[in-house]
Amino acid sequence: MSIEQTNLTPKVVDDSSTKGLTAKGNARRNFIIAGAAVGGGLLISFAMPKFLNNGGSEVAKTKAEEVTADNVFIPNAFIKIGRDGKVTLVMHKVEMGQGTYTSIPMLVAEELEVDLSQVTLEAAPANDKLYADPLLGSQVTGGSTSIRGAWKPLREAGATARVLLIAAAAKQWNVDATTCHAEQGYVVNTEGKKIGYGELADAAATMPVPTQVTLKDPKDFKLIGTPAKRLDTPDKVNGKAQYGIDVRLPEMKIATVAACPVLGGKLASVDDSKALAVKGVHQVVKLENAVAVIADHMWAAKQGLAALVIQWDNGPNEKISTADMVANLKNASENKDNKSQVVVARKDGDFHKAFKASASQHESTYQVPFLSQAALEPMNCTVHVRKDGCDIWVGTQVPTVAQAGAMAITKLPAEKVVVHNYQIGGGFGRRLDADFIRQAVEIGMQVDTPVKVIWTREEDMQHGVYRPYYYDHLAAALDKDGNITAWNHRVTGSSVLARWAPAFFTNGLDGDSVEGAKEPLYVAPNMLVEYVRQEQPGLVTGWWRGVGPTHNTFMVETFIDELAEKVGKDPLAYRLSLLGHSPRAKAALTLAADKAGWGTPLPKGHGRGLSVQFAFGSYIAAVAELEIVDEEVKVKRVVAAVDCGMTVNPDTVVAQIQGGIIFGISGALFGEITTKDGRVEQSNFHNYRVVRMNEAPQIDVHLIASTEAPGGIGEPGTAVIAPALNNAVFAITGKRLRSLPIAPHLVKA
Amino acid sequence: MITLNVNGKDHSLDVSEDTPVLWAIRDVIGFTGTKFGCGMALCGACTIHLDGAPTRSCVTPVSAVVGKKITTIEAISESEAGKKIQQAWLSLEVVQCGYCQSGQIMSATALLASNPKPTDADIDAAMSGNICRCGTYPRIKAAIKEAAAA
Ligand code: FES
Ligand code: FES
Repeated sequence: MSIEQTNLTPKVVDDSSTKGLTAKGNARRNFIIAGAAVGGGLLISFAMPKFLNNGGSEVAKTKAEEVTADNVFIPNAFIKIGRDGKVTLVMHKVEMGQGTYTSIPMLVAEELEVDLSQVTLEAAPANDKLYADPLLGSQVTGGSTSIRGAWKPLREAGATARVLLIAAAAKQWNVDATTCHAEQGYVVNTEGKKIGYGELADAAATMPVPTQVTLKDPKDFKLIGTPAKRLDTPDKVNGKAQYGIDVRLPEMKIATVAACPVLGGKLASVDDSKALAVKGVHQVVKLENAVAVIADHMWAAKQGLAALVIQWDNGPNEKISTADMVANLKNASENKDNKSQVVVARKDGDFHKAFKASASQHESTYQVPFLSQAALEPMNCTVHVRKDGCDIWVGTQVPTVAQAGAMAITKLPAEKVVVHNYQIGGGFGRRLDADFIRQAVEIGMQVDTPVKVIWTREEDMQHGVYRPYYYDHLAAALDKDGNITAWNHRVTGSSVLARWAPAFFTNGLDGDSVEGAKEPLYVAPNMLVEYVRQEQPGLVTGWWRGVGPTHNTFMVETFIDELAEKVGKDPLAYRLSLLGHSPRAKAALTLAADKAGWGTPLPKGHGRGLSVQFAFGSYIAAVAELEIVDEEVKVKRVVAAVDCGMTVNPDTVVAQIQGGIIFGISGALFGEITTKDGRVEQSNFHNYRVVRMNEAPQIDVHLIASTEAPGGIGEPGTAVIAPALNNAVFAITGKRLRSLPIAPHLVKA
Repeated sequence: MITLNVNGKDHSLDVSEDTPVLWAIRDVIGFTGTKFGCGMALCGACTIHLDGAPTRSCVTPVSAVVGKKITTIEAISESEAGKKIQQAWLSLEVVQCGYCQSGQIMSATALLASNPKPTDADIDAAMSGNICRCGTYPRIKAAIKEAAAA
């Protein structure tokens, strides 16, 4: 298998023949059509469904309702089998380290009966109509949806191609198709005849598309469920892999940029005389809120930037600090002045009545801070803006948003704005925003040559889109056995969805913010889940690995631990007593606890904490074992049990869970973005600490075999780990922490 | 003009003496395998070998490396230790996004070359300057041990 590493410039395999067919016509039940490919061979065009019912988010559900009336068949994925037998899959995902480049073709190869090495990938172009993501509805990689969305349609398309190839062979040999089967890129029959896919491709294109195809029984899988080697790896160990930041073009200049350090401020004036005297500096570009220096190389650009004398217009936020923001949130959550818009996300029974009537009540307030994604590849984008066109070279999770942004700035039509998508040196949600791409295009408007705009780490950390600060209140009433009779969770924070996808912010409810709160694993006859939106001046909030559940799991699983303490039960036994309705959650929890030796004695100063979660279509339980030495937490070991349905590539699942947990540990122990005088205080990895090798625990991941539809794996580990750590801190210190990060709490004043 | 010897070849560059080797290599010479992550010797993404010693190229000016041999990720397979490390990385599927991995491999190769049987503590000491945001540390540790056993 080969991947176009250096240039992901997309090609549409066959655009003209497939546009705008109706669901009737040539298409079949599964929206799969077959025909001749341009240049010969077989082309399977198919549409990913817009919604799969396996734990999709609110966003997906809303979207699903919207598209059920959509009876126009627009294919958004393609498999081409050439006369040379080569299989090409047009992909709609960008590689972010989650292994989708390997897992998605595995689904096709499995049903098509070819080796993984026979499949070549091409990236889909920035075109929402043709390459929309089935769950999110526009071309986006995020939200742990890749495998969930691709599972069924890719297998069906592969199986359809297989059936057509077999039919073509049967016709040629004049035998019954049932005497033939496919293996390793050939059709063979019971008499020992054998013919390659390439030779059959043209004929297969003329065979009728079956109305229904039988997918392989999971017990016959040869690829799915095996730890296949990732295909993108070799070039990532020898320096050949090309990320956006590695783009090199003739005449290209390098730029670096400084935006107004006060959030929301603007550029007043700049004296660039000294900067222009720096060797290698060509030009200084002024934007509304930033200045960029264009140079031969990054060092000259940085020196030039340092030599600028800039006057900023700080705007309205120059006095604002984190404390003000937290006060706003507290105020909005408590709603004492009745000014908050409290939106009900879920209401069962009558919480207030049941709560008041109960003899045993418990309430807590939790806070989680703003966080930066701090992907290791800083934001960067290369552009070449000309009168007649605009090219953009960038690693993005949202190529269509990037394209739309550039169209608005350049006033060029879509066909003149080309996004060349590259591998991403870490997304974690940050590259779901295109602010830095728009900025690069604005700079490019004033530069004659191609220009690569690179943010310094400081710029990246101080002008980010941050995980919102959440301020949540939970309250529960218990019966005499400790069962929860009434449950209230009020989530308060800024809405990423309202900014990022306003169409999905309906009736004042942010479906992401309450994901994991609205349908917690614990159920009570009286449940009230509420949402209060509170925006922050100047600070832009965005996606962060684990999204909604990263805060809700922390709140819910810390709260459950508090309830266990209140009723005098072991945290594991208490959870199990409440999870009777969810066998998969119970199984994950039991397995994690067993493997971690829950309840067995530990040395002094050590403790264990646990947490369980259902989110992104996957169940996960984690037990963290901690030691506190000299006011510092050492995470000794993490045991996770995961039920993410059927696994396509189990090794990738394990890697994602391990990596997700480490990402979550960084956030829970150290992560915190704060502001003072309207400026973000953190600037680089010395004051935005992340886990390093010496701090990374042993992580044992146990996968639970399952035949359920696959769930997401990129984010669950990140979301589940914070409460496990926090509960372990309680086990050691007896002190309950209700805000993150953990590390500063342990330093004695 | 300053002359840098990179991967066995001399390159004459017209850059100021204080230019960090990182930008000289990436932007002027054009080897992009060496990555930029922080610019402050905090993340290790820019690690190169200077006469075999792991060095953060983002804070090393070109004036300090004249007459020395620079090795980058592009040539690491030419060393015995480098080859073993790369193979172990592939066999244990260490890599996720991959952005940090050039630096990780440079640090790991230097470790293995100077210490053929590193302990966990040796690995922690040699590798803690290299950040991986994707969290590949457990596999990096395992791969170094596998390479040491190879
Ligand atoms: S870029 Fe040199 S250590 Fe981070
Ligand atoms: S593999 Fe992504 S930062 Fe290390």
